[in-house]
Amino acid sequence: MRLDYPSNIKIIRVPCTGKVDVMHLLGAIQRGADGVYAVGCMEGSCHYNAGNLRARERVLHVQKLLEEIGLEGDRVRMYNLSSGEGPTFAAYAKEMTEHIRKLGPNPLKKWARAKNKE
Amino acid sequence: MIVAKRKPFNEIKSLLKGYGKVLNVGCGTCVAVCLAGGEKEVAVLNAELDMARKLEDNPVEMGAITVERQCDMEYLEALDSMVGGYDALLSMACGAGIQFLAERYPDKPVLPAVDTTFIGVNQGVGWYEERCRSCSSCVLGLTGGICPVTMCAKGLYNGPCGGTNKGSCEIDKNQPCAWQMIYERLNAQNRLDCILEITPPSDWQNQIPRTVIQPGYKKPEKG
Repeated sequence: MRLDYPSNIKIIRVPCTGKVDVMHLLGAIQRGADGVYAVGCMEGSCHYNAGNLRARERVLHVQKLLEEIGLEGDRVRMYNLSSGEGPTFAAYAKEMTEHIRKLGPNPLKKWARAKNKE
Repeated sequence: MIVAKRKPFNEIKSLLKGYGKVLNVGCGTCVAVCLAGGEKEVAVLNAELDMARKLEDNPVEMGAITVERQCDMEYLEALDSMVGGYDALLSMACGAGIQFLAERYPDKPVLPAVDTTFIGVNQGVGWYEERCRSCSSCVLGLTGGICPVTMCAKGLYNGPCGGTNKGSCEIDKNQPCAWQMIYERLNAQNRLDCILEITPPSDWQNQIPRTVIQPGYKKPEKG
């Protein structure tokens, strides 16, 4: 399809979004990522029945945790699409990038950089 | 199992105010099963505290360890070599575990990260309900396996009271009357005679910490 999507997106492959844990999402923000999103199958079509529904619950939970500590919860999001929807994948990547650009950089980035220098 | 829930984040954060290096001690037994204070919950809380304090430009160094059981000195021993390097200990165990940790390290501030809530059952993942108040005088044999101390709003050993209302409790129509449930269970088992037995009131006065020594064991002599 040769579709373009923003190069700042780093893809981490998991067998199912049900594998995405609260600590994966929280840890990414803790280490300075500006935003994280999980892309799962359409609701109702999970091969493992409820993997994407569990991922959604976890994303919502992490949003609350981020709000509690004083960060924008919306830095973490969940998107759903079917595996045949390449253009939608690219559109979501673009949407997420624009959304995070509006929020600005993660204020924890400076601490993460300092740690990387150590 | 003992069921606990994590304290609100801001409460934990304010408990740790002024400490720069804190060891978060999880417990691998009851609170791990009820998803309140096991290894994973320790990691999540530490990440939250780390981020929150960095956002305030006042970082805290969080250590993490989860012991098998905090209510057992045998497992607390593993902490002896670590504790000295920390300003305070944060415990995610139940109230018993927190106190035992504080007893082992009396020079260190030991702070709770969870509220111990009840002895209960697992109704589903993450869903727990209270079933026992550990009253020390179990009447379940007479009440069809339904605890009146826990399930009745008045904790009546001999009920129902005048507030029973078509199967509901007077405090809330969605709260079933424990003694109605007991009646129905005993009736179905053809054991209604049990309900006629009078149970003497529990002596709740002058409560001191209770001790249990199981048959075949004895309290070690001090010295």
